[in-house]
Amino acid sequence: MISQNLLIVLAGAPLVGALIAGLLRNQVGRAGAAGIAIVSVALSFALSCIVFYQLVWGGAPVFNHDVYTWLQVGKLTIGIGFLVDRLTALMLVVVTFVSLMVHIYTIGYMREDPGFQRFFSYIALFTFSMLVLVLANNFLQLFVGWELVGLVSYLLIGFWFEKPSASFAALKAFIVNRVGDFGFILGIACVLYAFHTLDYSAVFAQAPSLAGRTITVVGGHPWSLATLICLLLFVGACGKSAQVPLHVWLPDSMEGPTPISALIHAATMVTAGVFMVARMSPLFEMSQTALSVVLIVGATTAFFMGLVGIVQNDIKRVIAYSTISQLGYMVTALGASAYAAGIFHLMTHAFFKALLFLGSGSVIMAMHHGQDMRYMGGLRKRMPITYLTMWAGSLALCAAPGFSGFFSKDQIIDAVGESQIFGHTYAYWCVLLGVFVTALYTFRMLYMTFHGKPRWRVEHSHGDDHGGHHEQPGVLPHEPKEQSFVVTFPLVMLAIPSIMIGWVTVKPLLFGDWFQGAIKVLPAHDVLAKMAEEFHGTVPMFWHAFVTPAFWIAFAGFAVATYVYQFNPKVADRAARMFLPIFKILTRKFWIDEVYYNLFARGGVRLGRVFWKGGDAGLIEGTVNGSAFVAERSSRVFRRLQTGFLYHYAFAMIVGLILLLGGLWYWGLR
Amino acid sequence: MTTLPILSILTWLPCAGAILVLLAGNARPHVARWLTLAFTVITFALSLVMLTQYRIGPGGFQLQENLRWIPGINTSYHLGVDGISVALIILTTFTSILVIAGAWQVIKTHVHQYMAAMLVLEGLLIGVFCAMDALLFYLFFEAILIPMFFLIGIWGGPRRVYATLKFFIYTFFGSIFFLIGLLYMYHRAGTFDLQTLWNFPFTMKEQSWLFFSFLIAFAVKTPMVPVHTWLPDAHVEAPTGGSVILAAIMLKVGTYGFIRFSLPIVPDASQHFAWLIIVLSLIAIIYIGYVALVQPDMKKLVAYSSIAHMGFVTLGLFIVYMLARQMHDIQTAQLGVQGAVVQMISHGFVSGALFTCIGVMYDRLHTREIAAYGGLAKVMPWFAAFWVLFAMANTGLPGTSGFVGEFMVILSSFSANPWIALFAAYSLIIGAGYTLWLIKRIVWGTAPTKEAASMPKLNAREAWVLTAFAVAVLAMGIYPWPLMHLMDSSVAQLVTHVMTSKI
Repeated sequence: MISQNLLIVLAGAPLVGALIAGLLRNQVGRAGAAGIAIVSVALSFALSCIVFYQLVWGGAPVFNHDVYTWLQVGKLTIGIGFLVDRLTALMLVVVTFVSLMVHIYTIGYMREDPGFQRFFSYIALFTFSMLVLVLANNFLQLFVGWELVGLVSYLLIGFWFEKPSASFAALKAFIVNRVGDFGFILGIACVLYAFHTLDYSAVFAQAPSLAGRTITVVGGHPWSLATLICLLLFVGACGKSAQVPLHVWLPDSMEGPTPISALIHAATMVTAGVFMVARMSPLFEMSQTALSVVLIVGATTAFFMGLVGIVQNDIKRVIAYSTISQLGYMVTALGASAYAAGIFHLMTHAFFKALLFLGSGSVIMAMHHGQDMRYMGGLRKRMPITYLTMWAGSLALCAAPGFSGFFSKDQIIDAVGESQIFGHTYAYWCVLLGVFVTALYTFRMLYMTFHGKPRWRVEHSHGDDHGGHHEQPGVLPHEPKEQSFVVTFPLVMLAIPSIMIGWVTVKPLLFGDWFQGAIKVLPAHDVLAKMAEEFHGTVPMFWHAFVTPAFWIAFAGFAVATYVYQFNPKVADRAARMFLPIFKILTRKFWIDEVYYNLFARGGVRLGRVFWKGGDAGLIEGTVNGSAFVAERSSRVFRRLQTGFLYHYAFAMIVGLILLLGGLWYWGLR
Repeated sequence: MTTLPILSILTWLPCAGAILVLLAGNARPHVARWLTLAFTVITFALSLVMLTQYRIGPGGFQLQENLRWIPGINTSYHLGVDGISVALIILTTFTSILVIAGAWQVIKTHVHQYMAAMLVLEGLLIGVFCAMDALLFYLFFEAILIPMFFLIGIWGGPRRVYATLKFFIYTFFGSIFFLIGLLYMYHRAGTFDLQTLWNFPFTMKEQSWLFFSFLIAFAVKTPMVPVHTWLPDAHVEAPTGGSVILAAIMLKVGTYGFIRFSLPIVPDASQHFAWLIIVLSLIAIIYIGYVALVQPDMKKLVAYSSIAHMGFVTLGLFIVYMLARQMHDIQTAQLGVQGAVVQMISHGFVSGALFTCIGVMYDRLHTREIAAYGGLAKVMPWFAAFWVLFAMANTGLPGTSGFVGEFMVILSSFSANPWIALFAAYSLIIGAGYTLWLIKRIVWGTAPTKEAASMPKLNAREAWVLTAFAVAVLAMGIYPWPLMHLMDSSVAQLVTHVMTSKI
């Protein structure tokens, strides 16, 4: 049995940590804030491991109870509670582990920042919010966690609030996420409409009853209720997991400090959409249409956003686009009904992408907050641990056989290949060619950062200025050097699962019904079951890799990157000039940001002005003040009637009397 | 049951206090302040006593007091509360304390008169929420205008005369139609007793006329589009305390009127014209959202945001017919009504807090211009944290009170018609747009001027007031159940009542 108190402590510890670090920041001091936050998250991690153990090996049943009633209207009750099945347990361990590593890393990264305590408060609060989301046993709580992680993301992107670009990015992230949440809340409303409850277990139990149910939304056309629910929920997933067309906030979110790019914008929060869809698998299985949409959106994101990553020069933006693209892979897996593969990639990606971000943070520290790869190079010897761990992360990202990403990504590609739903051919080509793109941008980044000749120089005359923002790019006050233990330790700790985790988990997670009841797949969609017939064990899978197209396509990407960025850098410029239109499309990110900004942000302000000046100040105030004006003017006229002369009044009375009597006589006669 | 006439005490104690405060005179402002604070605290304590005496289980109207008042026209001094009124009264008594504390040193001239006006206002508002006689309700409803008139007219900003007149004439214009409606009802039913009127079988034609006579009065008060333009002007010119009371409580009088008059007395007309209210509510949410976006004046921005948020209240109230009568989904109908009332309470806290925040800034720089501020996070870090919290509550973030009502209304409106929910949920986007853009400009970034960069930090009084608001906003967001439980049976009774046709 999993105890409820244990779960309360598990979820609540980071909240307590956050409150102490935040509200008592002056009392506990820097070390105190960091210590309390880290201990609280470490406690969560330890308890997550216990929960995981109890559930997987200890034979504990699924935990599903409300802690308290949040809302009660008539017979409708919505609580705050916990659902702990294997899907939850896996997420708990991943989230708290990455969070713990990031907490430790932060000591080094934020050492000189005046907002040190505030930062710890935020990331502990984030951990709490993410746990609320993951542990939810109903849609309301899911939404609560969903929005809370969005809040903390907003606060952290805008952490350096004096930078206009940071506060702009924060605002943009929040509002784009709200567009997703707009769909999500309607999806939840639709669930309530369909099932009269928001409880997961009750909804999922009734999910099969959705078959054939319709709802009329536009004109006389009945829509499948299942499709409507799933598409609305998926809009939410698109926002949070940065899928096209709601991906625009994630690259800008790199304005935040690097530890949160690793934790929130790579490993955990952005995967919430993937987790949510997997959690809703009983609903999504009821709609072919929704699954097709998920598949196509995911595949489009995976390929086209990867392309943008090739032309970025900011090291964090390369990884950001890579994240969007990899999230696209996970979503594609969901669309192919290979939910387990999506979650599996979520897990491996959490490790290697957090590693890559933290590694890039280590580089950024060495470069004194320079992020432009054009001014890096040759760091290999100076930062050996960062270098080696980044290589490990990169190989995992590129699905090099044996590394964790290989097991998860190859299975996604195979699953899409097996899928039969609408759009599967397109999706297959997207994810397959995406492998080339991934290898290209990843190794480009590695070569530009660590290999070749240094493109920076050291000038000691600047003194001990750590700000680094006002300096020329590529001019450093110190020699770049490897970072301290608190930075390299998390790198190593994340490198280990990035390299190894696939070997032990691929078989149980994908082919062993490991998730049990947590994920439901209709037999007709069950691509993983088909793949299981061809799966002969982990080692044969490893050897088989060398004859798959995916491997050779990735190898081609590696080869091109190596040739261009290691041996012949001029080729890159020549290629950019040769394919100028394409290059331009990619550097301008398909103009999506420009279109959104002009259409929605500036358009919204313009519309507001029209409404304000035309509607409120014009039409309504015109009427109101106009009637006051008319009243005033007419009373000036009528005032003249009140002359004060008695004979005027007497005359008027007589005329009135005559008219009255005359009228009575006239009408009375009839 | 106690024999203590607690509702009368709640209503008249602040008014009696006002007289005492006036006696304190202009020479001793401090006496006036402390006396007023004492009266508001005692009133709050008494409202809690009322809460303990109110029995939640059976619902209905309790703690009733019924005295013959003017026998000639068969009207009586009849007070009583149900769960909805209890919640609103506690909102009133709670907010009043904070308003008094907030105005402590801010009001410098005629302190005793200001405090007395506030106390009278508090008493009258409580009176509105417990009146069970239509004429009595009308008297309180109108009398509220008087202290408010003085609050804006005397302690207001430079254009206060224009704003006061506009506010007064606008609302008075609406009330006239209400009065005509009342007189007609008396003519037909021979009484002003609300409970009798609720059950009186008005014909459809009568109901339609009555519906519009109520609508004009309450729509102005709420305010609903298109009769909302008095509100931004009144807010801009009102002193901080006046704005807080106006936004937090007075606006609720309008929607409370819908609950007590339109829904139960003319249910069939309300059903017939519900589409009109729903459309106006959605216009309020979206159109006003866009208008709020471009306001250069903080107070106007929050005032417009109030109008948009009140749109959720009217929406939640009037989808009840589609749900209960056409779809027979009583459960969801209750969710909508309950959501509307929760939104009323929540908006009281959130808008009150936002106007208090603006007041804190105004006291320092004497401007409401958004562009005059910036970088609060650096200049006044704790204050910035409050700003962000209340702004998030305003955008309906879960964990704050702002979420609860909106969530319930959006959820229930989907069952009525997905399109209603679609437009209502647009508030998630536009609300975040105008609120967080404001935050971006005043809280983040850097201070534009030296004055803005050297604003003094929050003093203890301000910090306590904001903390009290913050606690209310968070408590309601994290654990709204007690509030819902308080109102559950009353809302259920209301929904059952409106389900039965009178024709």
